[in-house]
Amino acid sequence: MSEVKPIFSLRWISKHFPGVKALDGVQLDLYPGQVTALVGENGAGKSTLVKVMTGIYQPTEGELFLENKKVTLNSPNDARKLGITAIHQETVLFDELSVAENIFAGHYIKSPSGKLDWTCMEQEATRILKEIDAPLDPKKLLKELSIGQRHMVAIARALSFDAKVVILDEPTAALSHREIEDFYKIVRRLQDKNCAIMFISHKFDEIYAIADRFTVFRDGSNIGSGLIKDVDESQLVTMMVGRTIENAYPKVHAELGTKILEVNNFCHPTEFDEINFDLHEGEILGFYGLVGAGRTELMQSLFGVTKPSAGEIKVGSQSISINSPSDAIKAGIVLVPEERQSQGIVLEFPIYQNIGLPQLKKLNANGMLNKKAEYALADEYATRLRVKAPDWNEKVENLSGGNQQKVVIGKWLATKPKIIILDEPTKGIDIGSKAAVHEFMSELTGLGLAVIMVSSELPEVMGMADRIIVMREGLVVEEFARHEFTAEKLVSAATGAVGGV
Amino acid sequence: MKNLLKNRETQLSIVVVMLLVIIGLTIPDFLALSNLLSVYNDTSILIILALGQMVVIITRCIDLSVAANVALTGMVVATVNSMYPDLPVPVIILMGACLGTILGMINGWLVWKMNIPAIVVTLGTMSIYRGTVFLISKGAWINAHQMSETFLAIPRFELLGLPILGWCSIMVVAGMYYFMRYRQLGRKIYAAGNSPTAAYYIGIDVGKKQFIAFTISGLLAGIASYLWISRYAVAYTDIANGFELQVIAACVIGGVSIAGGKGTVVGCLLGALFLGIINNALPVIGISPFWQMAISGGVIIIAVIANSLSERKPGRIILRKAVQNAS
Repeated sequence: MSEVKPIFSLRWISKHFPGVKALDGVQLDLYPGQVTALVGENGAGKSTLVKVMTGIYQPTEGELFLENKKVTLNSPNDARKLGITAIHQETVLFDELSVAENIFAGHYIKSPSGKLDWTCMEQEATRILKEIDAPLDPKKLLKELSIGQRHMVAIARALSFDAKVVILDEPTAALSHREIEDFYKIVRRLQDKNCAIMFISHKFDEIYAIADRFTVFRDGSNIGSGLIKDVDESQLVTMMVGRTIENAYPKVHAELGTKILEVNNFCHPTEFDEINFDLHEGEILGFYGLVGAGRTELMQSLFGVTKPSAGEIKVGSQSISINSPSDAIKAGIVLVPEERQSQGIVLEFPIYQNIGLPQLKKLNANGMLNKKAEYALADEYATRLRVKAPDWNEKVENLSGGNQQKVVIGKWLATKPKIIILDEPTKGIDIGSKAAVHEFMSELTGLGLAVIMVSSELPEVMGMADRIIVMREGLVVEEFARHEFTAEKLVSAATGAVGGV
Repeated sequence: MKNLLKNRETQLSIVVVMLLVIIGLTIPDFLALSNLLSVYNDTSILIILALGQMVVIITRCIDLSVAANVALTGMVVATVNSMYPDLPVPVIILMGACLGTILGMINGWLVWKMNIPAIVVTLGTMSIYRGTVFLISKGAWINAHQMSETFLAIPRFELLGLPILGWCSIMVVAGMYYFMRYRQLGRKIYAAGNSPTAAYYIGIDVGKKQFIAFTISGLLAGIASYLWISRYAVAYTDIANGFELQVIAACVIGGVSIAGGKGTVVGCLLGALFLGIINNALPVIGISPFWQMAISGGVIIIAVIANSLSERKPGRIILRKAVQNAS
């Protein structure tokens, strides 16, 4: 099988974004009739690669070859015309349109006069759906379907044009066991049609079930590739994480104080279940897991954004109920959200107004805005966090991502919280600011604050946390004390790889 | 059957029929065929403009300048007719259509190429277009006696009991129905509005589709302008002032989602008819025009609530047991 020539090849592909090298000299070959598994940690550059391969991004450097011919993909349309198609992680389809239209959108079936032939499209849709054992009504609107059924529509779409290369970006993330079995069958059918398939997944059981080859990605480049039968899980895990986690983290050992937070049997109907943990003053508790493991959802519930279905939260020794973010803030719990620009900050406001925002009432005691008090508060916290700006009248939108994050953290610190939840605190910010945020976390714990840090970055969570809770599919799977941390153990727990290393 | 009842168009048709029955109980004459045709004829311009607006709203934009476009194009059309009474009317109509289209393209270009939100663009062009009417006319009116006879007569000419004006709107409805359902461009407009990201991923240029939507809205406003001027036989600066709100209201009542991506020609037609019937019936029953405004306002809010109830989305399903329950 190794004599087969690759059909789609990437040579020295690099993709630079301002300040970030998302892809760095990537080499990749996809073979007709074979499944190549692409594995790597979150943030290794897999999704960027998919976007380059489907014409959504254009590479900064490097070349793509399809059937030995050099090709340039300037738009998603170019990729589609060449027969390269992707099923994206978050199914990108049209809720308000019918199943048949979702399958044929962009390459409608027309009569010679250009009139769309719905009867024909519906018949074709039915035929393709039947072929993959998903007998859906082609007239149904997409929004009426379950997530699994939507995936079937996405796959039917890929089959509706003569795809030579099919990219599956974590297609099984939301599928049930039975649906995954069906999905395997479809992949085999694509193989029989001689499609080259790239399969991105974090789940090793799936990779071993369907892949012929593998390529491991780390920090934007490919680390190794070969035939799947030549490697075992632990070798793959080692390649994925295989860097020495540098001791560059400013972790200061803080004395753990009294227990400040206790969460008992915290449940949500669809997002997480039976969560139990506690947290002490001066502690950094890490939450590690894959994207979509339910960590963000858990934190939002703790902060009162969504309602849990059961469970108890104790702050100090007192049991409290949190029905809204303002309850949480009163109880001394604050959340620095993952989506900084949409959830964390008011971009149009100057720094001082952002910092003063949660406590306008307190600052402006007589009901009139008191700019002096607001500015003084902002001055205190922005200075402590070393926000880089000419002065605190600067609009937040003019700051770098890292400095914006400092403003969000400063805003919450000013409320003098007991517990601060940081959801991916260094996502998308530059290295210098990362270090500042990390340093500051140590400073916080020194002051006796308790920190919960959700992070998908292994080095960060291992470098900063005193304890790590690993979540998978909405459940807590394992808890590690600091002396037990190893990258392999954490990745195995998060991905469900058996045996460990 | 159950599906049919869930269908927005069916619900609206039932509401419209119920409305007619209620009115008919008070004034049976209202239901006479000749009166119904005259109500339809009266609503024709609203229908035409609402269909243009619908396309714009589907692409997640809004066209506030549509009534100002009617006023400006209408004034130009009337001026040309009064200065050159011998110019054939079809030429004048064509001129109006072209000018309306250009005004629409200006909106679309600013939204597409300059990336300015549609509400801001059309708020600006609304004032500019209306101001230009004053500049052209210097505030003067053009009255019926300054317009040529054919110019005034064409929309009133009756065919099978319905004036040409009404036939025009029927043709626009049929054309738009075909365009939005059977042309690739129409479907791409839906796709672009329903999910711009997904549309981009399959190679649809979302900004360009917005430009096209504004162009269509402009074209229909251009056609409507001639119909408006000849029907009311007068042109002045404040013509159709505030009419854009009725046009948007017709869309919203007709189930066109302000969030974009959703709305049908039939729904939009029914929304416009609903307003047309209310506007015509209430004065006959003797209800004050202020009540008419309150009623159409109430109906808009009910329509929006109905839309948002049907669009509520559940959160992410992560737990395996929840996934199994759902499927």
